Parts: sequence; structure tokens; C-alpha cells
Amino acid sequence: MSDTEHPTEHTPAIHDIGGIQRFHCTPVEYDEEPPDAFGKRVDALRQLLARKGYMTVDELRRGIESIPEPEYFALTYYERWLRSIELLMVEKGVVTKEELT
Amino acid sequence: MSNPARAESLEQLERLVAALMTKGVVSEAELAAQQASTDRASPEIGARMVARAWLDPAWRAMMLKNGTEAVEALGVSMAGAPPLGVLEDTARRHHVIVCTLCSCYPRAVLGYPPHWYKSFSYRSRVVREPRMVMAEWGSPVPDDIELRVVDSTADYRWMVLPMRPAGTEGWSEDQLAALITRDVLVGVALPKLPA
Repeated sequence: MSDTEHPTEHTPAIHDIGGIQRFHCTPVEYDEEPPDAFGKRVDALRQLLARKGYMTVDELRRGIESIPEPEYFALTYYERWLRSIELLMVEKGVVTKEELT
Repeated sequence: MSNPARAESLEQLERLVAALMTKGVVSEAELAAQQASTDRASPEIGARMVARAWLDPAWRAMMLKNGTEAVEALGVSMAGAPPLGVLEDTARRHHVIVCTLCSCYPRAVLGYPPHWYKSFSYRSRVVREPRMVMAEWGSPVPDDIELRVVDSTADYRWMVLPMRPAGTEGWSEDQLAALITRDVLVGVALPKLPA
């Protein structure tokens, strides 16, 4: 039986992975590297835009959560952030798509 | 695991930053200042809070009531940061923090979240099998201690106030603070005396 035969069963959105079985045999890799220069710059940009009132953390999350599953797992952490920040800045008319190409 | 950003992402970032600068939204100097401020935040702040709580009951009470106020009392600005709550371990209960949805983390007292905190395996596993995750990392929790896993969110961040280890009687605040690592503050490790 496929999942689609049970429409009442809740399928969480892809970011909502608390408790899912998919990773239960995956060790948590203990990785101590700090973010690279790219990550730190995206991080700083996000904080700055939030401080200036251009976006909120909830909006960042909504942008990240709208990334389709294959891309969600293919992108690195800060690449997902960048994708969301760009989406929000275009949505809000702060910059245009043309200015980003 | 941390993979380097792809060249196209580096270009995407610089195009966005350039467009935002043209519009006067951000400047290079502001970005540098913001990054420097984030680089300064470290688990030493959380460690200081815990060491003081082990020594000073009034501080402990204040910190449990309002973690944000305790951080600011140490001279760290929490402006714009979500409120910080402190989870008090007891002889019967230990706490572990996760952000199942993404990576919400008490940055002001711990700095950048490490990669494992943001990993799919940590986020999915620690709510189901926290004892196994902690045991794998060398901090088995006895079965008679309740393990409570708390979700950190966009609106509220958490840190753990662990039990003071036996054998530290008479220790100074600095000596105690040295026992408290980032992992202890997240709850995935317990404070250990140096061998």
C-alpha cells in the first residue's frame, strides 16, 4: 500500500524532520569547523537585514521551508539561507530579479 | 558534514550584496562589523553564567527567571535576539536542546551553531533516541535520570544549567567555568572533571 492511500496520515514538510526514521542509522558527525567565509558573510547579511527591518527569522524559515526536497538536501546550510534571503528581497521589492542577473 | 559553497553560490551572494549596496540597504562596513560581532560570541559567556549560578544562589534565581537579563548583566547585548530561557538540570532530570525544524540556537551565549547541531541526523535522532546519541558521544545518561529534549525555536532559545559535579567543592568561578563546554550548554555532554 502506498502512502497516498492514506490521505489522513500527516506527511510533514521536508524541513520538519524531528523523529523521522530516515536518519536513524546515521551517526551524528561531530564536525568542529567554523563556518567558512561564505557562510559567515551570509550569516552577517541575514542579521543585518533583520536588524534593519527588511526581514524576520520567521520569513527566513518560510523561504527555506519552501525549497523543494531534492534541492533542500543538495544545498549546504548557508546556501539554503542565501536562497531564502534572495527570494524575500525580490518578493518585497527591495531588489528586482533583473538586478540579480 | 560541511561542504564548501559552490562557485555559483559565491557569485549569487556577491550579486545580491552588490544590488543591496546599490540601493543603500547595506554597506561593506556594516557587514564587516556584523560579522565581527558574531565572531566575538562564544560559549565562554554561557560557561560564565553557569559557573556563577553554581556559586551564587541569587544569580541562579535571576538567571532561571530571565536568561536574557543574566546575559545582559555580563555586558552582552541581546538587542534583537529572541528571549533566552535556562533549563535547570536536577538529580532526576537532564535536558538536551535541539531545533528540529532548522537551527535555532542561543547564539548570544554560544556563538555560531556547529555543523552537527544543524545536521539532519541530529535533528531527527535526538528527539527519538537522545540516550543513544549521548552515549555515542561519550556521555551516557543513567536510566534513572529522566531525559527531556527541548525544541529551540525562532521565538525562544534555550541553554542548559547542568548539575555541579561532585569534587568541585571550594573551586573558583574560573575553575568551574573551565568545565563547561559548548556541548554541556547544549546538553549533549555532562560536565567532566579533568582526569
